[in-house]
Amino acid sequence: MPVSRSVVISSTPLAIVEVCKQVLVNLEAQDFSEEDFFAVHLALEEAFINAVKHGNKMEPTKAVKIDYSVGADRIEICMTDEGEGFDPEVVPDPRYGDNLFKPAGRGLLLIRSYMDVVEYNKQGNSIRMVRFKEKEKEKENTSKSAAKIKA
Amino acid sequence: MAPIKPRVSVEYVGGATVLTFSDEKILEERDIQELQESLMSVVEQGEKLNLVLDFRNVQFLSSAVLGLLIRVSKKIYERDGELRLCNISSRIYEVFKITRLTKIFEIYPDVESAIESLPGE
Repeated sequence: MPVSRSVVISSTPLAIVEVCKQVLVNLEAQDFSEEDFFAVHLALEEAFINAVKHGNKMEPTKAVKIDYSVGADRIEICMTDEGEGFDPEVVPDPRYGDNLFKPAGRGLLLIRSYMDVVEYNKQGNSIRMVRFKEKEKEKENTSKSAAKIKA
Repeated sequence: MAPIKPRVSVEYVGGATVLTFSDEKILEERDIQELQESLMSVVEQGEKLNLVLDFRNVQFLSSAVLGLLIRVSKKIYERDGELRLCNISSRIYEVFKITRLTKIFEIYPDVESAIESLPGE
């Protein structure tokens, strides 16, 4: 049975800890892998830091809303802050030029690398992230390879 | 007594200073800030420091830690020192690869090979 939860937390760094724990417990219950735990944990942390720092400008009274659902083959997370939003397309790529030597700006790259679907709402203050179960991906890849061999 | 976090241990091997992170997860901003203060205090002890950062215990870190490593690295090279990273788990190494930080950090499989790569060792 898929589990869906909605929580509202304050913009303080420690507030995400309990949410992470709950999410990881649900992933474990649905037989997700260690790779999935690492990926989802990292994406949650990075998205929350962005929401608190860039969205809510470190104002602890402002809230971050997190909706998540964990099913047999995927986890979906929506995180919304109270900020004005931003355009994710104009965020500089931290992998090239002088950006490589900058201490910040890698959160979104990591989220995009570890989650299978990453999209923002029009305002840019709400991120939706989906990751499919690693084991399901392996199955899919195996069946694709088998199909290629047959072809 | 409450444990002091983030914990690090420092060892001196020949001309190298080996700093080992004790925590499995390095995440919280306050921890990272304290870690930066600890690292900078080691770096600022003198010129031409040969520093090895040992990640053997670390299983999880956020991008804020990558930022900290970049700041430490700049400070070391400003003082004509050298920095090596070692014992990085495959999952964390993947984070370095994704961010292309493998291009700017010298990463070795273990403390011994990291020390051997240092000038004068």
